[in-house]
Amino acid sequence: MDAGIHVKDLNAWFGSTQALHGINIDMPDKQSTAIIGPSGCGKSTFVRCLNRMHETLPDTRVDGKVTVGDMEIYGKGVSAVSVRRRIGMVFQKPNPFPTMSIYDNVASGLKLNGYPNRSELDGIVESSLKKAALWEEVKDDLKKKSGASLSGGQQQRLCIARALAVEPDVLLMDEPASALDPISTSKIEDLIFELKKQYTVVIVTHNMQQAARVAEFTAFFLMGNMVEFDKTEKMFTKPSDKRTEDYITGRFG
Amino acid sequence: MTTQNIQWHRRLTNALALGVITFFALIVTVPLFLILGTVVKRGLPALNLAFLTQIPVPIGETGGGMANAIVGSLMLLAVASLIGIPLGIGSGVFLAEYGRNKYGNIVRFTADVLNGVPSIVIGMTAWALVVVTQGHFSMMAGSVALGIMMIPVIARTTEEVLLLVPQAIREAAFGLGIPKWRTTLSVVVPTAKAGIITSIMLAFARIAGETAPLMFTTLGNEFWSVNPNQPIAAMPLQIFKYATMPYDQAHAQAWTGALVLITIIMTIVIVFRLIASRGTLKGAS
Repeated sequence: MDAGIHVKDLNAWFGSTQALHGINIDMPDKQSTAIIGPSGCGKSTFVRCLNRMHETLPDTRVDGKVTVGDMEIYGKGVSAVSVRRRIGMVFQKPNPFPTMSIYDNVASGLKLNGYPNRSELDGIVESSLKKAALWEEVKDDLKKKSGASLSGGQQQRLCIARALAVEPDVLLMDEPASALDPISTSKIEDLIFELKKQYTVVIVTHNMQQAARVAEFTAFFLMGNMVEFDKTEKMFTKPSDKRTEDYITGRFG
Repeated sequence: MTTQNIQWHRRLTNALALGVITFFALIVTVPLFLILGTVVKRGLPALNLAFLTQIPVPIGETGGGMANAIVGSLMLLAVASLIGIPLGIGSGVFLAEYGRNKYGNIVRFTADVLNGVPSIVIGMTAWALVVVTQGHFSMMAGSVALGIMMIPVIARTTEEVLLLVPQAIREAAFGLGIPKWRTTLSVVVPTAKAGIITSIMLAFARIAGETAPLMFTTLGNEFWSVNPNQPIAAMPLQIFKYATMPYDQAHAQAWTGALVLITIIMTIVIVFRLIASRGTLKGAS
């Protein structure tokens, strides 16, 4: 199934402050797209609009059209819960469930959604942890240790495994490595490289080298507007907009 | 001023501040140990098997105890907890997760006012609600009064500890497509479990020694009764009764009653905590 993301005229507000202005973008299926831009440019708000997380904050509003595959994210009768089951999210700060074991963390998305085949859980947990390159490090402590007992980098891979266990079509990552050390960061980047073969990946990042390493496409955001969207290679060598060039050459931001 | 002078000055300030707060902490703890010490010293002599197994005898006769009051108090507290804990936790969860609105503010304000209502007034309310309706005093009426007293303590403390659960944990669950009610029930509440248990223990300890709300409701009883529809003996009432009598023998029984009551409350709190902390995973916060 095609799980490309198509965004048309997307606007988002916090109270009376408009955070996104008419975003239009088409992110292709099973590719990864990096969102770059200075702090406060609306990168995070943008990805949080893709799985309807923006509306969980008080006093927020969204309008516009977002389509993932055949699903209208903001369509009539489409529930936020059903959207989020198909569009996984990994956050900036690792946020495993502290009271749950490693196993239960990975299984949580299924268990708490009333997944009927408990006998299959073992297999799903194992394959998700393997996809997140964490299996070898935790396989002996699955039900003994809390998710919160792992190191920061391991916690983030646990969160990725947790997101993968519900078999989403799309994976949104909001600065997934910005709170991690360089070794953990490179593990996460290797992982993204593998994941984009199976999932459409959108990754917000402050780190332009990271964008260049993991993403086929890059979008540059500035003050709530999308300035430019193109192949990553072209963005970093011959950007068509002056502002993009200024940003990636470090003249501002 | 030389560097050494500054350091000397800072060390002195530090020592002074530490001294002052240690002194305050001491002032807070001293009364507690004075009370405990006095209760043990004056309560221990009259503590024997009969005290725990027999019902009261008329003043002047030897023997007798508070067995009926011990059982009565345990029944009162059990039923009060059945009323107060679910309602308290329920409204606390509502306030924290769904109460950021006008209705929530009304509930919050009501809980705070209820918390400040003198316990004897709550006793009178239970009297009007239960005793007058039923036409007689009963254990149930006392449990209703005590249960009402538990609600605001548990509700407001539960709200506070749920608000301490990081928003990131809720977002993690929302991001997996878990509905809000399920997130609250299976993720947020378990994360705040330790705090919620503390709130229950606080409320429990608070009502366990209450005397005034029982006067118009449970009334007290000199004989064996375990009928929830009838007046029942309760330790605080029995202690109050003995303490206000002009006999040394009664005073001794009152002290022993106080000692037993404190011991029971402490035991229940400790056992409950131990049970609640079982099954906590390695490294869980």
